[in-house]
Amino acid sequence: MNSALIIIFLTAALALVLGLVARSGKEMTLEQWTVGGRGFGGILVFLLQAGEIYTTFTFLGGSGWAYGKGAQTYYILAYGCLAYILSYWLLPPVWRYARQERIVSQSHFVARKYDSPLLGVLVAAVGVVALIPYLVLQFKGLGIIVSVASYGAISSTAAIWIGAAIITAYVMVSGVRGSAWTSTVKDLMILAVVVFLGIYLPLHYYGGYGDMFRAIDAAKPGFLALKPSGDGGLIWFQSSALLSALGFYMWPHAFGAVFTAKAEHIFRRNAIILPLYQLILLFVFFCGFAAILKTPGLTGPDIDLSLFKLSINTFDPWFVGVIGAAGVLTALVPGSIILVAASTLCANDVLRGLRPETREETVAWTARGLVPIVALVAIFFTLQGGKTIVALLLMGYSFVTQFFPAIVCSLMRNNPLTKAGAFAGIAVGVATVVAVTLSHSTIATLAPFLPKPIQEINVGFLALILNVIVAAIVSAGARAATIASAERA
Amino acid sequence: MTSLKWLAALPFIAILGGTAFFNSVEPLVLGLPLILAWLVLWVLLTAAIMAFIFFNDPANAERAESDRR
Repeated sequence: MNSALIIIFLTAALALVLGLVARSGKEMTLEQWTVGGRGFGGILVFLLQAGEIYTTFTFLGGSGWAYGKGAQTYYILAYGCLAYILSYWLLPPVWRYARQERIVSQSHFVARKYDSPLLGVLVAAVGVVALIPYLVLQFKGLGIIVSVASYGAISSTAAIWIGAAIITAYVMVSGVRGSAWTSTVKDLMILAVVVFLGIYLPLHYYGGYGDMFRAIDAAKPGFLALKPSGDGGLIWFQSSALLSALGFYMWPHAFGAVFTAKAEHIFRRNAIILPLYQLILLFVFFCGFAAILKTPGLTGPDIDLSLFKLSINTFDPWFVGVIGAAGVLTALVPGSIILVAASTLCANDVLRGLRPETREETVAWTARGLVPIVALVAIFFTLQGGKTIVALLLMGYSFVTQFFPAIVCSLMRNNPLTKAGAFAGIAVGVATVVAVTLSHSTIATLAPFLPKPIQEINVGFLALILNVIVAAIVSAGARAATIASAERA
Repeated sequence: MTSLKWLAALPFIAILGGTAFFNSVEPLVLGLPLILAWLVLWVLLTAAIMAFIFFNDPANAERAESDRR
């Protein structure tokens, strides 16, 4: 056993203990388990809101894309910033309604707003389907980190099983409290590690940022700026950044994190600080860029390894252990938040949506009982292998963004959508994403007659546009039918 | 407040639209490729704009009062 492995194990053990202790004598009703009794103050809410930024997605995916795709990785910085602006106006009304109606999940929210349990079931089902790739992504990252940082002593499969067991344990005991507590350790650690690496690696290998970027630009001309057109070009950047910004708070776990707050001004204040906080991403990019000329040759899904490969070539094993430990936390904490969200959706929304007479306690223990099952499903897909981390996330985003029209409209004083309209819109949007993903289409292959710039738009947008059109038409139709039947009566 | 909140549209315009005009590596700004420097600038400006909106938002003034009570 090397020193790296010892540090990683100690950190994982610490996370487990913190996660279990977080329960702190609270009786775990459904409301405690999923939304922390709506009693979290500014800092815990901030960390849950920021949880999205420091997942393995940014740690490995952000650096991996900087390494493998260059300028495309900048979209991560762009969409977070835009999403926080939206949060200023989006989250307070959501929080207010949720508190008033004692709502514990996103689909619960939609079902209540539209007075349609069936719509709630649809939103819950789509939410779970989108969360699985997100969880897969965390597990995949976990496997990569532990196997590389342990210098191959622990296989990535073994690491995934151990990591999944840890979060399953503390999520079943403490619910979202466990996630919030471990978040604090995670954020402190990742902050320190990423800032250090992002400063040290470019200076150590290139002498400075300017020198590093000039060297990369000389070796790979055009890599550091977006292509004016073509796959992954400017239009891809714009459409992906906007799509992800709209989808950001549509993730069931991000939406659910809103309910944990004890006051609404917390969101407005956090909207100022969160954009600054995500500048840490810059340092993540620097790590990936530094690796380009120093550990060349990683391709395909292996680009996610770039940060660790370079670290191993640079540092002593004990420090690789520290980086690995930080990385493990970036997988465990968001993984646990996702587990809470997915299990709540299955129990509270699918089960209660289909059988409204189910009792509160039954829902509460079903949610906890589902935790290991959700984890097993994610492990299954993780071990199947495949795509890069960012590609997985983009797919999930295409799904959850389909909720955006229905949720935003439901916040308006006069909701322009009816429940039939919202249902049809989401169904069509999701079906489009599925069809496109399974057939590997882009707008270019679907509609070769359209002008070139339109063909380069992120295909998730196509689904969103169809969603809005269908929702509007069906809503108008449903209203006309209601009026007609009212006149007849 | 109603007119101030339109300031929040600026980052959208700058980040989604403006990027097209700053899409190059040279000149480096503080060692960063121009396009990255542009995005970082707007992340900073976004925080400033949101702070400005926050402190001029009557919704937050009400809160300050209720805190005092």
